[in-house]
Amino acid sequence: MSEQGQRIEVATDQDVVRVRQLVRTLAVAVKLSLVDQTKLVTAASELARNTLVYGGGGSVEVAPVDNGRRKGIRIVFSDQGPGIADLDLAFTDGYTSGGGLGLGLSGARRLVDEFDIVTAVGEGTTITVTKWCR
Amino acid sequence: MTLSADEAARFAALLEEHQESLVTTWTEHVASTLRGRLSHAELQRQNSELRRGFRQALAGSAQDLAGEPAAELRAQLAELSATRARQGFTATETAVSIFSFKDAVLTTIDAASGGDAIALRDYVAFSSFVDEAALFTFDSYVRVREELIADQAEQLLELSTPVVKLWEGVVAVPLVGTLDSARAQVVMERLLQTLVDTGSPYAIIDITGVPAVDTQVAQHVLKTVVAARLMGADCIISGIRPQIAQTIVALGIEFGDIATKASLADALRYVLAKAGQTKQKRREL
Ligand SMILES: Nc1ncnc2c1ncn2[C@@H]1O[C@H](COP(=O)(O)OP(=O)(O)O)[C@@H](O)[C@H]1O
Ligand SMILES: [Mg+2]
Repeated sequence: MSEQGQRIEVATDQDVVRVRQLVRTLAVAVKLSLVDQTKLVTAASELARNTLVYGGGGSVEVAPVDNGRRKGIRIVFSDQGPGIADLDLAFTDGYTSGGGLGLGLSGARRLVDEFDIVTAVGEGTTITVTKWCR
Repeated sequence: MTLSADEAARFAALLEEHQESLVTTWTEHVASTLRGRLSHAELQRQNSELRRGFRQALAGSAQDLAGEPAAELRAQLAELSATRARQGFTATETAVSIFSFKDAVLTTIDAASGGDAIALRDYVAFSSFVDEAALFTFDSYVRVREELIADQAEQLLELSTPVVKLWEGVVAVPLVGTLDSARAQVVMERLLQTLVDTGSPYAIIDITGVPAVDTQVAQHVLKTVVAARLMGADCIISGIRPQIAQTIVALGIEFGDIATKASLADALRYVLAKAGQTKQKRREL
């Protein structure tokens, strides 16, 4: 990840709040619009909470990115938790194994421009999202 | 730098042999830095216990503070830090209380051995052990302070969740900041209690102050609405700014038949109109 990237270990609810704050700060710095800032912060909140609740904790790395044409923010969420056995099910609106609203994964994917998930049962889950400035 | 077994044993003996003068000198040092904010007797008691802790650790051939022989001492130091943090002493004052044990030991060695070379070499090794202990105290102090601050923040949070009677029959609860589960619980309880106390048929939940409405916040709000409805109150969610509205839609959250308004004023206007209609209907009947 880029040099200006910052990493937060996620082990408590308070860490999820810190992730939100860091994402907000960097999103403002690359001049994402207010709507896009809010969407990205919300997606980060969902995915960081999944890292905490389902992944049993993990880490979040946030970094500004630049593809030559546009600037943006990339966030990587990783955990060494149980992994996700059935991705289709997990991405189904309303599916939850834990009493949530079941909209975190599917919703977060709709809130960002790029969404990539690598998961293996028993090994963990890594999700990478990117939001570009318009 | 770690203590060799010999050094530890020699020091344990020294701490035992000179226990009275050590504790007295040490207590004087600490008392002068704390300037009377703890009684002499209290300090004397603490230092005498700590001396025992140090001796026990060394007699168990502790090489450094991390190992098993020093477990008891670590517990004592953590306890001291917690007490001092609660009493309002600074982290430095707390650590200095331990550092000054070195001064007391040096004074005692000087008097006892006239400063021979072995005693001095022992002292250097021992002094890094005390440094470790003092830094450990510093760390525990900081941790306790952080917990205290978190507790205070929690209390503040409760205070900062006012449920206000906005109008006859209308109560409002403005949500501010991050709505974690603990906070959401407080909000819900307050709102329900106020509904009971005031017998209000309308409740407005205002989320203007919530920076991001994720599914957890939404779920808390939805639960609150359901609970309020069970008590016979009609709920309106207000303060949904454009960026929040777009995010909620993209997330896929549905507020169902719950009325939502952009501002608190809109919500109040809506409620009053509704209340007016109800009165009107009643009159017509
Ligand atoms: N990091 C993860 N590790 C393991 N399982 C996960 C992870 N993230 C999500 N899941 C699974 O996907 C489901 C759907 O997640 P999500 O859409 O965020 O809904 P919710 O958090 O409300 O349960 C979760 O209930 C859980 O079973
Ligand atoms: Mg989730």
